[in-house]
Amino acid sequence: MGPVLAGVLQLLALVAALALAHRPLGDHMARVYSSDRHWRVEKWIYKGIGADPGTQMRWPAYLRGVLAFSAAGVLFLYLLQRLQGVLPGSLGFSSIDPDQAFNTAASFVSNTNWQSYYGEQAMGHVVQTAGLAVQNFVSAAVGMAVAVALVRGFMRSRSGELGNFWSDMVRGVTRILLPVAAIAAVVLVACGVIQNFSGIHEVGQFTGGPQQWNGGALASQEAIKELGTNGGGYFNANSAHPFENPSPFSNLFEIFLILVIPFSLTRTFGRMVGSPRQGYAILGTMATIWLGFTALMMWTEFAHPGPAFDLAGGAMEGKEVRLGVSTSSIWAVATTLTSTGAVNSFHSSFTGFGGGIQLLGMQLGEIAPGGVGSGLYGMLIMAVIAVFVAGLMVGRTPEYLGRKIGTREIKLAACYILITPALVLVLTAAAMALPTPGDSMTNSGAHGFSEILYAYSSGANNNGSAFAGLNADTQWFNTTIGLAMLLGRFLPMVFVLALAGSLAGQRPIPVTAGTLRTEKPLFTGLLVGAILIITGLTYFPALALGPLAEGLAA
Amino acid sequence: MNNSVSNTARLLGAGLRALLALTLVTGVLYPLVVTGIAQGLFHDRANGSEVKADGRVVGSSLIGQAYNLPLKKGQETPEPDLKWFQGRPQNGLGSNSVNTRYKLVLSGATNRSGDDEELIQWVKDAKAAVVEDNSTGTHKVKPSQVPADAVTSSGSGLDPDISPEYADLQVHRVAGKNGLPVARVEKLVDEHTEGRTLGFMGEPRVNVLALNIALRELLTKS
Repeated sequence: MGPVLAGVLQLLALVAALALAHRPLGDHMARVYSSDRHWRVEKWIYKGIGADPGTQMRWPAYLRGVLAFSAAGVLFLYLLQRLQGVLPGSLGFSSIDPDQAFNTAASFVSNTNWQSYYGEQAMGHVVQTAGLAVQNFVSAAVGMAVAVALVRGFMRSRSGELGNFWSDMVRGVTRILLPVAAIAAVVLVACGVIQNFSGIHEVGQFTGGPQQWNGGALASQEAIKELGTNGGGYFNANSAHPFENPSPFSNLFEIFLILVIPFSLTRTFGRMVGSPRQGYAILGTMATIWLGFTALMMWTEFAHPGPAFDLAGGAMEGKEVRLGVSTSSIWAVATTLTSTGAVNSFHSSFTGFGGGIQLLGMQLGEIAPGGVGSGLYGMLIMAVIAVFVAGLMVGRTPEYLGRKIGTREIKLAACYILITPALVLVLTAAAMALPTPGDSMTNSGAHGFSEILYAYSSGANNNGSAFAGLNADTQWFNTTIGLAMLLGRFLPMVFVLALAGSLAGQRPIPVTAGTLRTEKPLFTGLLVGAILIITGLTYFPALALGPLAEGLAA
Repeated sequence: MNNSVSNTARLLGAGLRALLALTLVTGVLYPLVVTGIAQGLFHDRANGSEVKADGRVVGSSLIGQAYNLPLKKGQETPEPDLKWFQGRPQNGLGSNSVNTRYKLVLSGATNRSGDDEELIQWVKDAKAAVVEDNSTGTHKVKPSQVPADAVTSSGSGLDPDISPEYADLQVHRVAGKNGLPVARVEKLVDEHTEGRTLGFMGEPRVNVLALNIALRELLTKS
């Protein structure tokens, strides 16, 4: 069997596994967010918070909960890193510098997991396990809570009530993320991912002399890192490191974990709005883009245009033998079309076009299938835009799921889709115009520009992967990328929740013969087109200067 | 004004308490329970899949290492010990610059693009070296026979595997340096070639450490 066929079979196995899992998991999540009952452990947590989980919140109250919880997260994680040097159980590692500690705190709270540090030399057990891994859970749960609040906006009428943030967030952890992560962690240990609390220890080598290695709670962190579309590696090499991703099976399993919640949430959405077919239309849009991108990526990586790859006879630079070109390509697309950013091969050493596909994936806003929660709400915003475009074409007031898309709704959706491109393009332009940021580039020419465009695309879209040739541990990059991550995460949430509140305050309008049927394949086609055109128009000039120039020269 | 400040403080307090409660659940209990299960059920794997030979630990089956000659005086980069099978280039590996009382290995890739001059040079040099090292008096290696993994660095810099093609390419050299029949070394490589998992997952590969351990056993026996 050739590597291409094996790659296609692995992709099909992945599709089959996702198809099997999305119904039960999607239905389970719909029940979790609709249930009136509280578990005992949840009641203890609510008591600790001092919140009544039964209180219904309108959008400003829900937003205040999101922001207060996230602000507390940034503060706590910042202090934990600044105090690492005096905390026990930190392997004696020193404290993290202020600019890097801010960057890392912003990064993990915003579900980005951009890393300007090397995990194995900077972060001890306490910061990794009780700081970074905790944010892997809770930042994902916040994303899911906001998505559910938007879905409730389409369900509720004339009340403006979106549910209770504390209850949605806590349940996301206790009933969805924690059980799945625990099972996944044990599976990963069985594959060879390490899970211990040993300190830095010496391991003998074949030709003599020892090497020094850190231990750590890797499997438990690896599981939630993928499941919560976080992506922050325990080690610098992330999931290319054999201790994080030891075998071909662990590799496919981790890709599955990355994709399973974002895809399943479309089922949750369909169930909650009372029409699973509406969910399938969204799922179809996501799957079309994901499969199309994966096919393109496998094509360019197997064809490997580029002088160094031609000389080597394959695009194996930055890729592992056990994983090969095919699953490195599948992973690269999965990680950039979600907000994950974990890597099993190094993106900077992909072909020029391959790098372009990764960039475009993030720039689509990570909605195919996107991050946990953020993928669904990002895609629903695009659906609102698509419905509006369709309405303009036929001259009817646009509506979606029985709600009028009026001036206020379309303004909020437009603000949402403008934020991240503004952050990416303005900050990239600033970094290129200033004299010093360019010193951080490893590669020159078009690829050097791509390194910086990639960094801000990754930060503002909360991805976290990198063209890692860029030395991002400078005050400029730590600060600006840190701000891009926070603004790129929480400003869109403001507009999503405001939109949800506006929808939930409406009186539903009945479906008539003139209603656009948003559960049909025609709408899926319209949605795919709207996404590609809007993103393409926004980013084409920047992409032309970077990956397209590099790809065409090869 | 005072009211909104106290409201904000109250809300932040609630956020902090929520975080601490969830830190207890997901940052303390969860990793401890998983560690307990892992250490109980999969003790060796949870601790790094260490490999023993001749009664001592010689590495991990998952982590690639270098098979070099000891550094000579005045030498900065060690030379490969050609009697052992060689792994992939490790240009992406680093050493730690933070917390320097340790000598840690920093995993990583070169992050060079396909049109990078330095990467092109590395590939050229690596290819020339592979051709020269593996050509013996009777057996000539052609540049077109050298597989891609032999001249490129991996994503982690710690790739424990090489492709079966690269292992086959080294057979004549290893046999010659160790005074073994070529057919015997070929058989050794075949025995240590692992196919795709279930026939379709991942790529065929040879674990270099396992192969070298088997080679050393063969040498001590004969």
